Parts: sequence; structure tokens; C-alpha cells
Amino acid sequence: MGKIDIENLNLYYGEFHALRGVSLSAPERGITALIGPSGCGKSSLLKTVNRLNDLSEGCRVEGRVLLDGEDVYGGGMDIYTLRRRVGMVFQKPNPFPMSIYDNVAFGPRSHGVRARSVLDGIVEESLRRAVIWDEVKDRLAGSALRLSGGQQQRLCIARALAVRPETLLMDEPTSALDPISTAKIEELASELKKAYTIIIVTHNMQQAARVSDRTAFFLLGEVVELGDTSRIFTAPRDKRTEDYITGRFG
Amino acid sequence: MRMRPSLTGKSPPALGRRPLSLLLRLLVTAAAVVTALIVLFVAGYIVINGARRLRPSLFALKYTSENVSMTPAIIGTLAMTALALALAAPLGIFSAVYLAEYARRGSRLVKTMRLAAETLAGIPSIVYGLFGALLFNRLWGYSLLAGAATLAIMLLPLIMRTAEEALLAVPDMYREGGFGLGAGRLRVVFAITLPAAAPGILAGIILAVGRAVGETAALIFTSGTSPELPRSIFSSVRTLSVHMYALWNEGLYGDEAYATAFVLLVITAALNALSGIVSGRFRGGGDG
Ligand SMILES: Nc1ncnc2c1ncn2[C@@H]1O[C@H](COP(=O)(O)OP(=O)(O)O)[C@@H](O)[C@H]1O
Ligand SMILES: [Mg+2]
Repeated sequence: MGKIDIENLNLYYGEFHALRGVSLSAPERGITALIGPSGCGKSSLLKTVNRLNDLSEGCRVEGRVLLDGEDVYGGGMDIYTLRRRVGMVFQKPNPFPMSIYDNVAFGPRSHGVRARSVLDGIVEESLRRAVIWDEVKDRLAGSALRLSGGQQQRLCIARALAVRPETLLMDEPTSALDPISTAKIEELASELKKAYTIIIVTHNMQQAARVSDRTAFFLLGEVVELGDTSRIFTAPRDKRTEDYITGRFG
Repeated sequence: MRMRPSLTGKSPPALGRRPLSLLLRLLVTAAAVVTALIVLFVAGYIVINGARRLRPSLFALKYTSENVSMTPAIIGTLAMTALALALAAPLGIFSAVYLAEYARRGSRLVKTMRLAAETLAGIPSIVYGLFGALLFNRLWGYSLLAGAATLAIMLLPLIMRTAEEALLAVPDMYREGGFGLGAGRLRVVFAITLPAAAPGILAGIILAVGRAVGETAALIFTSGTSPELPRSIFSSVRTLSVHMYALWNEGLYGDEAYATAFVLLVITAALNALSGIVSGRFRGGGDG
């Protein structure tokens, strides 16, 4: 059993069948990469794990998504607790239009932390973990929107870490960033996996090969192949996987 | 005039070879110049005719038929606008929050409310005046309160629509970010989307203030035309615009009407400047 187990998941947007019988397991303290062409349902899968799909019009889910063996769509799971435990980093850096400090403190405040001293501690710790503390410590009161794209994305990671999640969902976190920022985020992901379970969606084959332990290849809403990253990239079993990773496809 | 770089990246052909584009350019330039001249002419006319007719007695605290002071009307304008906004702004903004953040996007209810708001915004103000006279004057007589309540109903659709537009313009990625951290809807709305939409909402409120200051018909029907300082919200009161209308109407006070027009122009210009400053501060801001 992994930290996150997805069992026979079907997802519909109205009539559209976006995910078909997806089964996938994300091991604890490991990085699972989701690869596949645009529109194959990778983001949809991430959003079922933290139930952000609940916000999408006409979205319907069948099957099970287990977090530590507990079904997140079962009645026992409180959606706010679920989202605290499962952090998310989005494709486009989306810091809130407020100060750097308030961005990081937003999550803890939402979960009832009020004391300034406690918040100060959480903010510093989170920014340190996201390796951005040294760059922003002198301007915590400054607007988050003035940071560079790479800094914004690391701020978003810090913001996600501030609610002490157990897992992180990263949806193409570097697709809007330059190579240097990308390298920093990849390094950060490798560091974070010591403490968190990470699922990362990426379009970048080298990135998947570099950072992940397990890789799942998606096509048209289905998992075509799933396995250890080294094996997938050296000896793919499915012809379509091979075509995709060698760039002959999609 | 500065040349714009052509979209294709090639150097633009000589204007002489494109007579239609030259003609079009002359036409739009002429239109801009004529518009600017009209605005300047109106403003200049009011300034020249109004400013020289200002005298200290026009600002005496107490109105008499000798001094025809506009001070009570200035205070009346402030009180009327403030009271109307106090009634309309919270209601309008919260309705907008409901439509933009809580109701299902594109639902029939949302569409109906939008249509209703647009229709209401287009109704001539004198109709609101009649409505207010029938409803509010029964309750409170000719009064500041009746006028403000009527104005509030007029301003409500304007405030609601501009606030809704401002909220809808806030990118969904902020909402996703907030919900993704486990925040509830109330918190996402009050901590993220409302502050992000604040400049747009304020712009709508300043528009509403402009309409309130300029309103006459609806107020003559409801708050009356008393030139005295109001004692309470149940006193009849006149705003500057109504004051000006009354002066002109009485036939004896043309000079004073010009002076009032000048003061109104100054107030309007100040409002515009204020809105510029407010939105500028928001845009540049974000520092805690
Ligand atoms: N909210 C939605 N409503 C309807 N269709 C959607 C929605 N979100 C995604 N889709 C569709 O579902 C499919 C999978 O989308 P997505 O999960 O974003 O793919 P990926 O992240 O792999 O590019 C696409 O065809 C997309 O158009
Ligand atoms: Mg995607």
C-alpha cells in the first residue's frame, strides 16, 4: 500500500469521460511522475486527490482514492483537513496579491492559527524549506507579485508547506520557468521527498527521469504504463510509451 | 504624431499610397480634437462665468433669501451621498459576492439578476423619484432619508454590476490556491477575492457618487428643496444640483446658479482625481 492509492478511478466532466479506470499508487517519501500528452487527464487526476475537482462544473468521480488507506471521497474525510494534508502547487505560479508573509501565513490562519509568534515561526520555517528565505527575509512585507517567476513558484511551495502537509501535488511546476529556476525547483523536490510524498506532473522527460522514482505514462485518460522510472526510461514495455519518451509521438 | 510600428514588421508604406488609411486617420484625429474642444469649451464657460460670481456670502453657514448661501446644499450633498452609499454599497457588494462567488456560474438566477440590474440601471431617474415619493415619503415625508433611500435604489444596480465584474475579473487561480490550502469559501472571498477586486469595486462606488451628486429629478420628488441646514435625517434638504435647479427656476438668481455650477464642476473634478489616486495606490500597492 502506498501513501496515496488510486483504485479504478473514472472521472467524467458531464458526458466527457476524462479518466478511464486509472489505478496508481504513490509510495511514501517518493516522487511519482505523471507524463503524457496535453489533455490526457494528468491535472484532473491530481485534482481528484485533493478534491479540487469538486469546484468543477459537472465533474463526477467513480472509484476510490485512498490517503493512508482512507477513502477521500468517503463520508469520513473532512475536505478542509484533506486539503491541508495534501498540498498543491500549480502550473502557473499563483501567489496571492498580498505580502510575502501573508501568502505563507494564509494557510495556517485558515486553519485557526492566530498567534503572531507562532505564525512568524511557521513562515520562516516554510520559507527556509522552500529555499527562498535568504532571498525574501528582508522584504516579507513586500508584495509577492514583485518576485520573479521562479521565486513566486518557490513561495507557492512554501505556502503549501506552511500547513504541514503530508503529500505535495505538483502540476507542471516548472513549465512557466527558466532553466535556472527549474533546476532550483527540481533540487527542492528531491530534498522535499525525504519528508513528503510527491506526485509531479511534467512535460519534460528529462525532469521525470531526473527527479522521480516511479513514472506513470498516460494517454487519453488511461494509464498505459506504470513502473520504476529507471525501468520506464530504459526498457519501456509498451510501444506507445517508447514512442512518447523518445519524442516520436504527441 | 508618432508612427506606430507596423504589425508585419515591414516598414509602413508611404501614406500617399494608401489614401483610405490617410483619410481614416484624419477623421479619427478630427473626432478626438472636436471632443477635446467641446469638453474644454464647456468647462471654460462654466469656470469663466462661475468663478467670477463667487462671493463669500454664498458660503455663509445660514441660508437667507439675501445671501442664497450654498453651504447648506454642500452639506446636504455630502450627507445625502454618504447616506445613500451607506445603504446601497453593502447591499450591492454582498449581492455581487453572492453572484460571483456563491451562485453557480451561468445559472438562470445569475442571468436573471444581471438582466434585472441592467434594466433597472436604464430607467430614467424621475421614475425612481415617483416610486420613492409613493413609498418613502409616505413613511418619512420630504426628507434626507427618503431621498437617500431612493438614491440607494438607483445606485444599487450600478454598484452591484461593477462589483460583480470586478470579482469575476479576479483570476480563478487565486481561488484554487486558496481552496487548495484547505480554506473555506468565506475566507477565500474575504481574504483573497474581495481585496483583489477592491480597485474595481471602488471605481464603481466613485461612479455611484458621481451619479448621486448629479441627481436632481429623483430628489426633488423625495427630499424636497429646503435650503436650510438639515437638523436630522428626517429634515427636508437640497443637494447642490437641486440647489442650482431651484435657483435657476426661481428666475432671480442666475448669477448664483452659475457660481453653483462652478462649485459642482470643482467637486466632480476632485472626485475624478480621487478615483485616480485610489486606483493608482491599489495598483502600486500590496506592501503591508
Ligand atoms: N473543468 C473541466 N470541465 C470540462 N472538461 C475539462 C475540465 N477540466 C479538464 N477538462 C478536459 O479533460 C481533459 C483532461 O484535462 P486535464 O486533466 O487538464 O489534462 P492534462 O493535465 O493532462 O493536460 C481535457 O480534454 C480537458 O479538456
Ligand atoms: Mg494539465
